[in-house]
Amino acid sequence: MVEVYIPYLTRIEGHGNIVVKEKEGKIECRWEIPEAPRFYEAMLRGKPWDKVAHITSRICGICSAGHTLASIKATEDAFGIKPSEQTWLLRILLNYGEYIQSHSLHAFFLALPDFVGAPSVIHLIPSHKEAVLAAVRLKKLGNDIADLIGGRAVHPCSAFVGGFGRIPTENELLALKAKLQKGQQDIHIMVDVFASLRKSLPNFERKTEFISLYWKNEYPWIDGDIVSSESGVIPYREYLKFVHEWVKPYSSAKRAKNVFSSYAVGPLARVNNNFKQLLDSAKETAEKLSLKTPSYNPFHSNLARIVELVHCIDDAIAKIDKLLAKGLKEEKLNVTPRAGRGVGAVEVPRGILFHDYTYNETGHISNANLVIPTNQNHENIEDDIRAWVPTLIKQKLSDEQIGFNLSMLVRSYDPCVSCSTHLIKVNFKRE
Amino acid sequence: MGKPKVAIYDFTGCEGCELQIVNCEEELLDIIANIELVYWREAATISPDGKTPVDCDIALVEGGITTPHDIERIRKIRLKSKILVACGSCASFGGINALKNDLPLDEMKHLVYGDMAQHFETIPAAPMRNYVKVDYELPGCPMVKAEFLKFFKWLLLGKDKWELPRYSVCIECKRKENLCVYDKGMLCLGPVTRAGCGANCPSFGAPCEGCRGLVPEPNVNAALDVLTEHGLSLEDAINNLKMFCNAEKPVATLHTWTKK
Repeated sequence: MVEVYIPYLTRIEGHGNIVVKEKEGKIECRWEIPEAPRFYEAMLRGKPWDKVAHITSRICGICSAGHTLASIKATEDAFGIKPSEQTWLLRILLNYGEYIQSHSLHAFFLALPDFVGAPSVIHLIPSHKEAVLAAVRLKKLGNDIADLIGGRAVHPCSAFVGGFGRIPTENELLALKAKLQKGQQDIHIMVDVFASLRKSLPNFERKTEFISLYWKNEYPWIDGDIVSSESGVIPYREYLKFVHEWVKPYSSAKRAKNVFSSYAVGPLARVNNNFKQLLDSAKETAEKLSLKTPSYNPFHSNLARIVELVHCIDDAIAKIDKLLAKGLKEEKLNVTPRAGRGVGAVEVPRGILFHDYTYNETGHISNANLVIPTNQNHENIEDDIRAWVPTLIKQKLSDEQIGFNLSMLVRSYDPCVSCSTHLIKVNFKRE
Repeated sequence: MGKPKVAIYDFTGCEGCELQIVNCEEELLDIIANIELVYWREAATISPDGKTPVDCDIALVEGGITTPHDIERIRKIRLKSKILVACGSCASFGGINALKNDLPLDEMKHLVYGDMAQHFETIPAAPMRNYVKVDYELPGCPMVKAEFLKFFKWLLLGKDKWELPRYSVCIECKRKENLCVYDKGMLCLGPVTRAGCGANCPSFGAPCEGCRGLVPEPNVNAALDVLTEHGLSLEDAINNLKMFCNAEKPVATLHTWTKK
């Protein structure tokens, strides 16, 4: 009988447990979420429309801009508001700020140490100083964008229903553009680092369903309908046709399924489903990293993040140029609440996010449903563990090595457990 | 004396305050050079495991208490820490988590988890100070980077005196020459909220939502005048104040004013 127990997996957002038991060849795998329940759906009841985005932003510090955008879009959908092109461009920029911050944090600070066998990024400073400094600058670049456009990187305050509380000046955008150009150099240092580490990614594949946004015009961030790799496209308001949520007793986070017992959302789902829409520079990065789509290797999420980073940085510059060419102007925010339901479907760094509100005639929430990317991934993670463990056992790895591999697997999803309610410990038991 | 041992723990919350520490990009490497980091589950695999608290000089604690397990854990952390710092509004005075305190907990569990509700334990959201001695509190949702850095330098070097501002956000807002949010037709909590954020939200066209909690001895009479002048009531202000301060007694104290 063998038993391995690693409580609260490190280097992820929030707390979770991996439990694996093996007895006489029978293997039981569980991905448990013992995080404290948060009750946001219940807290939103009766809240006025102009407070909703600022409440839901607090679901998660890392994806606070994503929650804000999904929330605003749901409210605008309910009230029949169409934002201006300037607002749309600024929202895409705010979204890029969050992606650059969040993907840099995960790829360089949380995941990279695994591939070089270090306990944390801090331990990489002596051996990889240039790369660490580039990573720090990239993360800061993301925050600088969100600080300027959103008013604050964590919990943005200036993105409103209908528009923005403050429009950046031309000079501020020019200064931001210069920083993005520096970011173009830094990201190439990181592309090279990941290209050199590409071979250390485990070769594990499992066919699954990928769900993401799909938009005919561009790579989808905050627009479009919902696409499944297995069952086509549906309008965003009908998301419940794909998203079937259910609850497991050992997990305060809900789970979701569609065609199979689970599906995946996130960078790999997005890149698999929308590869053609990526900028050429991002496609070239995929080639450099030998990322071929569709990929069924969950560890390739790490490569997809780098591909998306290149896209975000290059396209942010394009969006700034567009804003400057059009000329910036103050816009009046006109919001008239009305009764009805609205859905905001937005791609946040960890996958597709839905905010679904029903308002009464005074603009107060009567019902809310929030479907979080990490919730949608939980069951897919558990299915991956179930599929991979027999191979790991066959390879005669030590308990410690199995624990390390499974931790790395979970981490590659960049789970955001606070969001999904909020925990990871690895509890591996072999009898 | 060697470098102080620092541990960073998270409770129920969004981990935005931990992110604020990571977001001190330029200063972070300097800070790390001057401390011995002994626990930080979110960023490093360094402690014996991700769960057990470790002995430390300074514990930075984020998030609030919302389960019986949280109470047990913060008590263990307190025993292992020489100095305990509550980071952010959830840890300092309850924060956004306490919005649920107005609703019947059983009903809420059913609303979110349906038939599986009995599997999830929850208690009214509370700040750290309700269960353990807290040495310092850094309010804000999220906590303010500049304030954290100033505080942490003071804690490491022990120079000068540390104190949170005892004046309201209005003072900082006026200094920035912002147009008053009330004149834009919005209800702002700047008059009664503790300064220190540099009037972040009003500077970006948004009203102050009181995320840093009430200033000590708020001038409620003056605030009432402003509200009345703009056709608003103290009740309206209290409703807004609940967003972050619902676990706080001052909200109840302000309520007594509406009855006078």
